[in-house]
Amino acid sequence: MKLDRRSFIAFGVGASAGVAVTPIPWKLMDDLSIWTQNWAWTPVPPDGEASYETSVCTLCPGGCGITVRKIDDRVVKIEGADGNPINDGGICVLGLSGPQLLYGPTRITSPMKKIKGELKPISWDQALSELAKKLGNMREDGKAGSLACISGSDQGTVPEIFARFLKAFGSQNFICEQSSADTYKITNQKMQGAYAAPEFDFANADYVLSFGSGLLDGWGSPVRMFQANSSWQNNNTTVVQVEPRLSNTAAKADQWIPIKPGSEADLALGMAHVIIKKSLYNNAAISRTTDFNAFKSLVLGKSLDEVQNVTGIEKKVIEKLAKDFINPKKRSVAVAGKGQGTTPGSIREIMAVQALNALAGSINRKGGVFTSRSADYINWPAIVMDRIATDGIRKKRIDEAGTGKFLGSRHLLNRLPKVINAAKGSPVEVMFIYGANPCYSMAGSKAVNKAIEKIPFVVSFSSYLDETAKKADLVLPNHTNLERYEDVYATSGINKAVIGLSRPVVQPLLNTMHSGDVIIKLANKIGGSVAKAFPWKSYKACLKQTLGNSWNPLMKNGFKTVVSSPVHSGRFNFAPLVKYSNSVVKAEGKGGENVTLILKDSIRLTNGYIGSTPYMMKTVSDKVLKTDKKKKMFYSRIEINPDTAKGLKLADGRYATITTSKGSAKVMVTCDEGIMPGVAALSRGLGHTAYDGYLKDKGVNVNNLIGPVEDPVTGLDAAWGIMAKLTRA
Amino acid sequence: MSTTDDNTNDVSPEEAEETTEETPEESSQPDYDSSGDEEECHCSGPGLPILFFIIGFVAMLIFGWFIFPEFLYCKIKQPIDFNHVLHMEEVDKGCESCHFFREDGTFAGVPKNAQCIKCHAEVQGDDPDELEFVEKYISNGVEVPWLSYSRQPDCVFFSHAAHVKLANMDCAECHGPMGESTSLKVYEKNWLSQYSRDIWGKSVLNMLNMKQHTWERMKMYDCAVCHMEKTGRETSVQTAKDGCFVCHK
Repeated sequence: MKLDRRSFIAFGVGASAGVAVTPIPWKLMDDLSIWTQNWAWTPVPPDGEASYETSVCTLCPGGCGITVRKIDDRVVKIEGADGNPINDGGICVLGLSGPQLLYGPTRITSPMKKIKGELKPISWDQALSELAKKLGNMREDGKAGSLACISGSDQGTVPEIFARFLKAFGSQNFICEQSSADTYKITNQKMQGAYAAPEFDFANADYVLSFGSGLLDGWGSPVRMFQANSSWQNNNTTVVQVEPRLSNTAAKADQWIPIKPGSEADLALGMAHVIIKKSLYNNAAISRTTDFNAFKSLVLGKSLDEVQNVTGIEKKVIEKLAKDFINPKKRSVAVAGKGQGTTPGSIREIMAVQALNALAGSINRKGGVFTSRSADYINWPAIVMDRIATDGIRKKRIDEAGTGKFLGSRHLLNRLPKVINAAKGSPVEVMFIYGANPCYSMAGSKAVNKAIEKIPFVVSFSSYLDETAKKADLVLPNHTNLERYEDVYATSGINKAVIGLSRPVVQPLLNTMHSGDVIIKLANKIGGSVAKAFPWKSYKACLKQTLGNSWNPLMKNGFKTVVSSPVHSGRFNFAPLVKYSNSVVKAEGKGGENVTLILKDSIRLTNGYIGSTPYMMKTVSDKVLKTDKKKKMFYSRIEINPDTAKGLKLADGRYATITTSKGSAKVMVTCDEGIMPGVAALSRGLGHTAYDGYLKDKGVNVNNLIGPVEDPVTGLDAAWGIMAKLTRA
Repeated sequence: MSTTDDNTNDVSPEEAEETTEETPEESSQPDYDSSGDEEECHCSGPGLPILFFIIGFVAMLIFGWFIFPEFLYCKIKQPIDFNHVLHMEEVDKGCESCHFFREDGTFAGVPKNAQCIKCHAEVQGDDPDELEFVEKYISNGVEVPWLSYSRQPDCVFFSHAAHVKLANMDCAECHGPMGESTSLKVYEKNWLSQYSRDIWGKSVLNMLNMKQHTWERMKMYDCAVCHMEKTGRETSVQTAKDGCFVCHK
């Protein structure tokens, strides 16, 4: 018997026929089909018990209630909490992508210390002991006053704990980031005698006039504003947006009035001119004001032609706008604070807009603007200060807030870099940074970074390795918003104040510690009167005691409504506006520039302490951020009018260089009819140099191109733009 | 091999000579004659190719039905052993004592430490698996990475509540008499699909839809057959309108 060719073929044919009647081909085909439907490397969330936890989102100051869906101990989804007075079931893109901030790779995993220029993990014991020793030495050397703290907020118990620590330690330098709400507070102090934040009763307004406020671009409590917009559509509320570019807010408004940037106050005064000249104002309301005549002379002293020249808005449009706004049959309200209101802005502008509200009788009236009560539930015993603290506190604040020229201002963070950079040595020995990322988010990044680098010892409490944490000498990572207790006091854009309780929905995943606990432990390690200022065992105990009877309802519902409005405020006084009528804030420029660069805010991008999440970055349009796939580069797109582009020999999609007195960047041009000629707009929230591949090195940080401009009255940052030169790249 | 080679070598020159001699004569003859002669010369007999055909056929049958299924699966031992019989004696609600439905109606599946800790906070008896369970898993708060014999692919949605609570099906109908086992069988994982062999079935006869027990295989066909029987409809749930999305959501 031999295996010749024929036999071999026969064997092969036999084998093939045999295979066909075995499971091999059919089973393999079946398995392959299952395999293609269920790639083994595709992550599949583990199955488990579903549960829901109620909490409050602390990713922005909005204070939305959230419901967190978990599978066993893992957070899988965040939804808006139904029935919450702020967001009633709604949620924004940042809030819902919260799980990415919890599980993302940019979190700091343990305390870290800078050793030879690199951050290395250390234990909490070591970190706190070393810091306590350093601070103790500072006190002994009489340098207590050179401790400073930058905080993202001054609302709630955690910032209060920081402020209390500094005071007990002997330093006045608790410096908080400021927003347009703070300029409003100073305005209300000066014009109504109450240092109170504004509460806009948008839900009951018939006519909303916005002077550049991005009401639907992340202003105030963003979800609340989206819901207000729905009610405006249903109630036929008229919304008018005065802004140099067609923002989302402008696009959804009933009317968009393009205005030369920075001239909003002039338009408000021009409208007042029309209203007063034709005696259209609310007589009853005006009779309860002070110095109306001086204001009358001021606004009548400027002709409408002048206003037209300054604002670029035709006289007849101004006249119609004034008449529509003052319509006695409608409850009108005017609001100022550009974009998301994160820049404090010009007090002249906010005063002028408040004057319009006064003319319409909209101050402290339904559908108008109220002066809200500030959080009054934090009643801790007074600090018994030792001699070191008493001496330290006598030193004046580094930012000069509340003194001399800036008597009305409480925090002037924007002045800090200038002061530190101008000093011979650093006036700050140790700087705490909590809930803030100044190296990224403050205007004039170059100067800010230089100042932070100049400070001998920087302690970051960030949960994420952001731009500032990377520069810190010691990092004491806080739990994230889903791992910690915190009280949230929200008032913006609603007609009642709401206390919310953010609480842990998962056990801390990493070796982090609540910043409140860190400060209490630190105080105990320092001992003496500093330790005595913190009689609580833990932050939770402190919070529970502070909230008192509210604790149980807060644990049950996540929120407590405080019907507070309005707080008592005095007669509306026009005199401060008359006094500061010449305090115009102009855009910086050296001459020779060809465009005015303004900033645009979007709900899709964050621009403060919390970086945008990967999910958010996926929602950013190509018209905002463009990928050059060949070069693997991401360019911010600069929005200009096609006419401007023509004049500068630019076209849509062309690269250009934008240069200001602060810096320069390569950008890509977007031509859009929705922006005034001569104006260029760049998105905030891009150009990070920290975080992960989703956020890092994408586009340009506008804070590199724009510098802070001090408001002549408040000293707060009032920069709304900068003169820039746009050329072909 | 050498013998065969030698034989071949012996034959080859003769064949070659004959072929060479015949070539000029046959050049004018039709091709089919030539090939006929060639076949006669080359063949050792008509039965040999048939024999090799049968050898190939049978070899592949054996390989395909008995060896291949063994190769297709890797065998993995469960992390620790478990005696269902022993536990069934201790509980009063049968399977549902440990494999329970949660309040929201979802099925908890394989028990977690939380269900075991009541009795197993401390080591019970001297079984090494028990010792490992308590020391390695319970004490450290680590869940046992049990391998689930019956887990369907991720593209399949299956509601235990619909089958057990609404249709009153017995657990054993799909899972077999697991409650009567004193030891956990070896888990067999398909190299390709990564799923348990129990989904396809242990017996090769399953290929021919010859199940002896309902639980022997849980493929889409088996779902369909049962649904046809239970609902009395001629078409299965799969072929009904939008039927696909009942299970493939």
